[in-house]
Amino acid sequence: MASFMSLRDAVSQNLKDGNAAAFEGFTHLIPHAAAHEAIRQGFKDLTLIRMTPDLVYDQMVGMGMARKLVFSYIGNPGVGLLRRARDAIENGWPNRPEIEEHSHSGMANAYEAGAAGLPCAIFRGYKGAGLAQVNANIKSVTCPFTGEELAAIPSVRPDVSFIHAQKADRKGNVLIEGIIGIQKEAVLAARRAVVTVEEIVDDLDAHPNLCVLPAWTIDAIAVVPGGAHPSYTHGYYVRDNAAYLEWDRIAAERDTFLTWMKENVLDAGPEVFAGRVGKLRRTS
Amino acid sequence: MSDFTSDEMMTIAASRALGNSDVCFVGIGAPSAACNVARLTHAPDITLIYESGTIGTAPDVLPLSIGDGELCDTAVTTVSVPEMFRYWLMGGRITIGFLGAAQLDKFGNINTTVIGDYAHPKTRLPGGGGAPEIASSCGEIYITMKQSLRGMVEKIDFFTSFGHGEGGDHRQRLGITTKGPTLLITDLAVWKPDRHTKEFTVVSLHPGVTRDQVQANCGWQVKFAETLEETPAPTETELKTLRDLKARTDAAHRGPGTDQAA
Repeated sequence: MASFMSLRDAVSQNLKDGNAAAFEGFTHLIPHAAAHEAIRQGFKDLTLIRMTPDLVYDQMVGMGMARKLVFSYIGNPGVGLLRRARDAIENGWPNRPEIEEHSHSGMANAYEAGAAGLPCAIFRGYKGAGLAQVNANIKSVTCPFTGEELAAIPSVRPDVSFIHAQKADRKGNVLIEGIIGIQKEAVLAARRAVVTVEEIVDDLDAHPNLCVLPAWTIDAIAVVPGGAHPSYTHGYYVRDNAAYLEWDRIAAERDTFLTWMKENVLDAGPEVFAGRVGKLRRTS
Repeated sequence: MSDFTSDEMMTIAASRALGNSDVCFVGIGAPSAACNVARLTHAPDITLIYESGTIGTAPDVLPLSIGDGELCDTAVTTVSVPEMFRYWLMGGRITIGFLGAAQLDKFGNINTTVIGDYAHPKTRLPGGGGAPEIASSCGEIYITMKQSLRGMVEKIDFFTSFGHGEGGDHRQRLGITTKGPTLLITDLAVWKPDRHTKEFTVVSLHPGVTRDQVQANCGWQVKFAETLEETPAPTETELKTLRDLKARTDAAHRGPGTDQAA
């Protein structure tokens, strides 16, 4: 059952060294504040799972927290390459993480299989694709009914998943709106789940078919206004596209990266996120 | 007719390949611009789908990422990522997948994964994202990219997404039932695969472009169709639509959400 607590406690109680952790959000609702808290607490040897390991994983990889990366697109969306992740993969700085690379179809199916409690995902994928030759976890099975050969990959079962959402009610039921991505599957596939929200409300006021995670599927909730920045929260503030463009410059060199991390993450706290989205809030 | 750039010609030529009844899975960058120019000119009812789950979207500015809020705000519906890939893409509901490429070979195979060896890459690129199954699940694939010797190569370093493989019936031999790449639009020319070999062949040169220019910016020996056409120059309407779209987009991406405040 969900407990409300500080972000610091939510992270320290649910993330451990060596864990397989998913910080999910498909461009929208990326849990930046939770990732920054994990960076401040200095976790090591993590298996970082994420379909699109953009800025948050560039930062975590650059700080030496990742033993392994599981992903399907390792870029800065619409901007280009991830320079810290590249430095790690190409040059081993600060370490050379192991890589398990999939397609989006593969990762989406693997999360869904994890949420369904299945050991593997089966789908019509990877046909002719080079990934099948470099990822030992991409195998095939034969359909027992038609004889068709289909791709099979292990389900994703994180030790802990972190997501950001619009709001929780006072019981801890959580509402996600807009591009809902893979968040529901990430939470249900994980052993533990931590959610940061923009606000707590008396009533979610949700249409019956909206994406709601009941309180009993979540372990900890922390209120962090602006907690997705520079990603966005539909209905609250827009994506800070300029910050994604700026990240390309910050991450280009190890020195500028480390200076930025010290000023904006290590010496900061979750409370700074509200200020970062001030100019991005929708005015009605 | 006013002057136009080769980039503008590329985007507009690509937009003309799309029709009102198409259901198009849109890659970010050049494909996104072409798809939205089509929607804003001759194909107002085209269904544009971005892999973030937005179906039937009609953005006023081009998204920087595949998941910008603009896409959700203007979509007919927004579904989860597993539903997007399982029901809509791999369920066979997309007529055209529109992809860009970092590295392309003459058979429409695309590499966006690594330059060099996979385990010890010279350059680690972002990887495939949705592309491996877009390439195999959509009815057909359109590709658009600027020509260069680095980009169009005899042999790609990694098969991120499968085009026609080694050519001929390679797709069928792998059990792939969709058509694969049927159109390549560059900044210099329009290309279509040879009916038998499946090698991309130049069928139309953009205005003012020579065969030598096409060859000078392509890493394989280029084949030209017997009857070579000239791509019609952009119309005033096409150019204005594209330039207005780019101007709105630049303004939106520069400022902190200034355009999007309701």
